[in-house]
Amino acid sequence: MTDRAGSRPSTTGPLRVRVNGTWHERVVEARTSLADFLREELDLTGTHVGCEHGVCGACTVLIDGEPVRACLLFAVQLDGADVTTVEGLAHGDQLHPLQEAFWEHHGLQCGFCTPGILLTAKALLEEHPAPTDAEIREAIAGNLCRCTGYQFIVEAIRAAAAHNPRGGHPARPHSADATP
Amino acid sequence: MAPRTLDEALDHLAQHGDDAKILAGGQSLVPMLNLRLARPAVIVDVNRVAGLAEIGDGHGPLHLGALVRQRAVERWAADRFPLLTTALRHVGHTAIRTRGTVAGSVAHADPAAELPALFVALDGVAVVRSRTGERLIPSLDFFLGPLTTSLRPDEIVVETRWSVPPAGTGWGFHEVSRRHGDFAMVGVVATLRLTGDRIAAPRLTLFGVGPTPVRSSDAEKALTGASPDAARLRDAGRVAAEALDPPSDVHAPGRYRTSVAATLTERALTDAVRRAVRE
Repeated sequence: MTDRAGSRPSTTGPLRVRVNGTWHERVVEARTSLADFLREELDLTGTHVGCEHGVCGACTVLIDGEPVRACLLFAVQLDGADVTTVEGLAHGDQLHPLQEAFWEHHGLQCGFCTPGILLTAKALLEEHPAPTDAEIREAIAGNLCRCTGYQFIVEAIRAAAAHNPRGGHPARPHSADATP
Repeated sequence: MAPRTLDEALDHLAQHGDDAKILAGGQSLVPMLNLRLARPAVIVDVNRVAGLAEIGDGHGPLHLGALVRQRAVERWAADRFPLLTTALRHVGHTAIRTRGTVAGSVAHADPAAELPALFVALDGVAVVRSRTGERLIPSLDFFLGPLTTSLRPDEIVVETRWSVPPAGTGWGFHEVSRRHGDFAMVGVVATLRLTGDRIAAPRLTLFGVGPTPVRSSDAEKALTGASPDAARLRDAGRVAAEALDPPSDVHAPGRYRTSVAATLTERALTDAVRRAVRE
């Protein structure tokens, strides 16, 4: 997108963005969403497209460690930014502790919501290493899951927090303030 | 267009007028684009414009630059201005608030949104610029109707200013929505002080109950100088609700909104009384 006053709006723009630690340089159409850019240009199809209007959370990625909706961003806006997708969680064969916990606690079935939830949970645990169940539920309230009923997702996140050396708390029992 | 200076952004707006929309947080605009509910010819992305992301809390009102993200205020206000943090936790979800701006939500003027109601409750002032100059728009003159403000097509909000209630002011915030994070079916913001065990300076703002946020002046009059007992607060809720004629829509019938408004008003006032420091 051009920034010279009085000139015509551009339909393409330059983009230099870091995704999971690797810099990518492209020229992209201004109308391309970040979600479509990640999936189609970079072949990172772990970021899923659900509702395309910010409600379902399936497209959630991290920018500078903070969760955002990739369907509500244009790729050109990410020039110079640092993006983390679900593909950036594991190190080779070594799963991220959240992924381990989701595997052990059956925190996914079809997996469509899972990348968005993993990244949302990662951001939560980085800011609140020992969240209560209520805090976990509030944090993932913006991610819709049609399969699991959420209970095992909450348990997986709780377990990941408990095993985090920064958390420092033993695994909490099912707390009274978690509404059924 | 992705201008780097405010003047460039204003030039684009002046040139394209109604055909242009400002892209800041994008959390209201981009869904409308994706759903083809809005088809502007030009998008002016102001995220690169310098100088719009300051939080200023020196003396007097709180100044929030137009690009201050909701999440930034949520964190900043947690110990300094907890009413803002409490209300902000009802705005969408974390991922929305990471990009969404305070000014953008105010300018979007959804009648069921939390920030426009807070803007009215806290005597908000919008600092607005165009190529021809700057003007200040107080909150009561800002909201004209659903999604409609007194902003002209060539204008951009550069800052919002929010009165900080004096120390010892009690506050209450309550909202009912289908799910946490949804737009409110009914919401109430209450602030008041307690002077000699009487209510002083009560302010009651309701949202989700009309085309714009509503100040309940009748209830405020009834509360001024009154003793803060439960019956008075319940009565204030009734008075506030009686003045309403809320819309019926797919989320709730008008009568439900009226009924809930009375209850939430009573709860918000009760919280405000509990939090107020008796002077």
